[in-house]
Amino acid sequence: MVRIEDYIPIVGQPVIEELFLLSKHLEGRRIQNINSTAVGGGVAEILTRMIPLLNQLGVAARWDVIKGDEKFFVVTKKFHNGLHGVPVTVSKEEYEWFLEVNRENAAQLSFEDIVFVHDPQPVALIERRKEIGKNWIWRCHIDFSRPDKNIWRFLEDYITQYDSAVFSSPSFARSLPIPQILISPSIDPLSDKNKELPNETVDGVFEKFGIDRSRPIVTQISRFDFLKDPIGVIKAYKLVKEHIDLQLVLAGGGATDDPEGPVIMQQVQEEASKDKDIFVLFLPPSSDIEINALQRGSTVVLQKSLKEGFGLTVSEAMWKAKPTIASAVGGIPLQIAHKYSGILTHSIEGTAYWIKQLINEPEFAQRLGSNGKEHIKSNFLITRHIKEYLLLFLSLFHREDVVTL
Amino acid sequence: MLKYRKPLAGRNLHATAFLPPSISYNARITMTEFYFYTKLDQALLLGRRARNLSELLAGVQAVPESSIYYHTHRYLRQHHFLSPEPPNDFAFWITQALNEPTLGERLSSVDIVQFHNLEQLRNSFVEILQSHLEGTERLPSVPLGQEFHFMASRTYVIKTPHVAHSIEEFKDLLGHVSVNSLYFHIFEAKLRLEKGENDFSQWLRDLGKPALADQIARLDPYTHTLEGLRNKLIQLVEKYGKD
Repeated sequence: MVRIEDYIPIVGQPVIEELFLLSKHLEGRRIQNINSTAVGGGVAEILTRMIPLLNQLGVAARWDVIKGDEKFFVVTKKFHNGLHGVPVTVSKEEYEWFLEVNRENAAQLSFEDIVFVHDPQPVALIERRKEIGKNWIWRCHIDFSRPDKNIWRFLEDYITQYDSAVFSSPSFARSLPIPQILISPSIDPLSDKNKELPNETVDGVFEKFGIDRSRPIVTQISRFDFLKDPIGVIKAYKLVKEHIDLQLVLAGGGATDDPEGPVIMQQVQEEASKDKDIFVLFLPPSSDIEINALQRGSTVVLQKSLKEGFGLTVSEAMWKAKPTIASAVGGIPLQIAHKYSGILTHSIEGTAYWIKQLINEPEFAQRLGSNGKEHIKSNFLITRHIKEYLLLFLSLFHREDVVTL
Repeated sequence: MLKYRKPLAGRNLHATAFLPPSISYNARITMTEFYFYTKLDQALLLGRRARNLSELLAGVQAVPESSIYYHTHRYLRQHHFLSPEPPNDFAFWITQALNEPTLGERLSSVDIVQFHNLEQLRNSFVEILQSHLEGTERLPSVPLGQEFHFMASRTYVIKTPHVAHSIEEFKDLLGHVSVNSLYFHIFEAKLRLEKGENDFSQWLRDLGKPALADQIARLDPYTHTLEGLRNKLIQLVEKYGKD
């Protein structure tokens, strides 16, 4: 099991010392996380890692998962799509079933004094607030920038009953009568996807896929999905290929519920079949070490998304000190300060221009990479995430601008 | 409004700039310790956006001081390893999103170290934006997704276990405390807590080290990385601490 002290060589003793200082002020408080799935997805992943670390810091934290039938999850999937801006219709009966399942769960759960509810699925547990009291926080992990109006109106009635709402990006903030707090997601530097790898492991992965490490390698790690714009990446690569003998790696999972997914996949494969320097790698979910190695061995890493929730693959690449070029969408501008810690682009041509610049100017690329790593170390590792959760819990009891603990 | 309780220590007393509340007043007036505090920030979303300069100006005039503080110090905290650091958020957005580099440069050259409180700093941004808007009829807006989002900062101040009982211990601890602690005693003390000067200089004067106190007070901390600032402070203590 990972111990909180294992992070000291990475972030330094003072950072961990400050976590212990903060956690002392939560003595006697019990934190209850509630979401809708124990495995799979970013929320379950972060809670799996974070709950043991919070307990090691002396903060009593537990995690409960609500129960729901298939019909319930069909409704919540509609919510999810609608909040992402996809047109959906939710019937009155579906809203009622959503509430019914929440009420059943609320009747079965026992609540601690800080109730930390994740995402829309359990949001209506708050209906019992008047009866049981407690301190309630709602954490939104999904893109909320242009939600479906009807779904938003329905959820808003519940969200505004919480003490605070937490969002991952400033663009997700709404006009709400309750405090809204920004907490970005994070990566874990000790996970398989991000830990240091021996050179032999990195070499082995490139050898396995037949990629030539003596020539520049540009890589995008992402699902084969319209919104990740793999076709745009190939177009940018072709513009660069006119001047530089480089290779392109597109690696990720193939699963997608995007209706245009199969078309995109076919186009990507067609393009790849015409150029032996384009490597399309369909990786199974257990490929964290391979992804880690591909990022570490690349010359430049891309994330040319058309739309993005937060885009943590950007942080993953930057943590490995890789010069990173990414679209200025979703949470990516929070991770990259243009020309300081990476490159933000808005077009295929702009992406091609910066790929050429970074390959031809390795010193500048290296400086971006090392600044990027420092930026991730200070702002996007799990230790920062823990610190902000501790502050979030404390904020329930302190509302002034400057709080002396 | 600032809620931080200012210490009771006066300049004529040998007392530290920061003492834990548990220490009695009698103890305060005879002690020469420096208690290192640290601070941790929480980013608050105000739900207010600007798409053009007019909306930005209206926002700068209306938001709480903690928002002005957030947008002028965010890069310093988040990119504390960079020098030169990126400019304040207003200048960065105007340059990068609105593509107005001349105005961006004017805003980025606002010399924060000259200001003693956040209202003065706010007024300086307001004046620059107002004078620009008066001299132009153009009011370009950014595309959807590139708006300026107003935010604010809530700061939690915590006592650390690090206490300096002498100038030598002070120097050693400067090398060990977190960058957040340095940041708190240098930046927050002066501008946000409106104490006139940084905590280190204040304590060093009380300790009878006016030359060292002056040297530290004259530093422009905004032009250093925080690690660079740490090294500079240690060098100054080595050079002037014995005087």
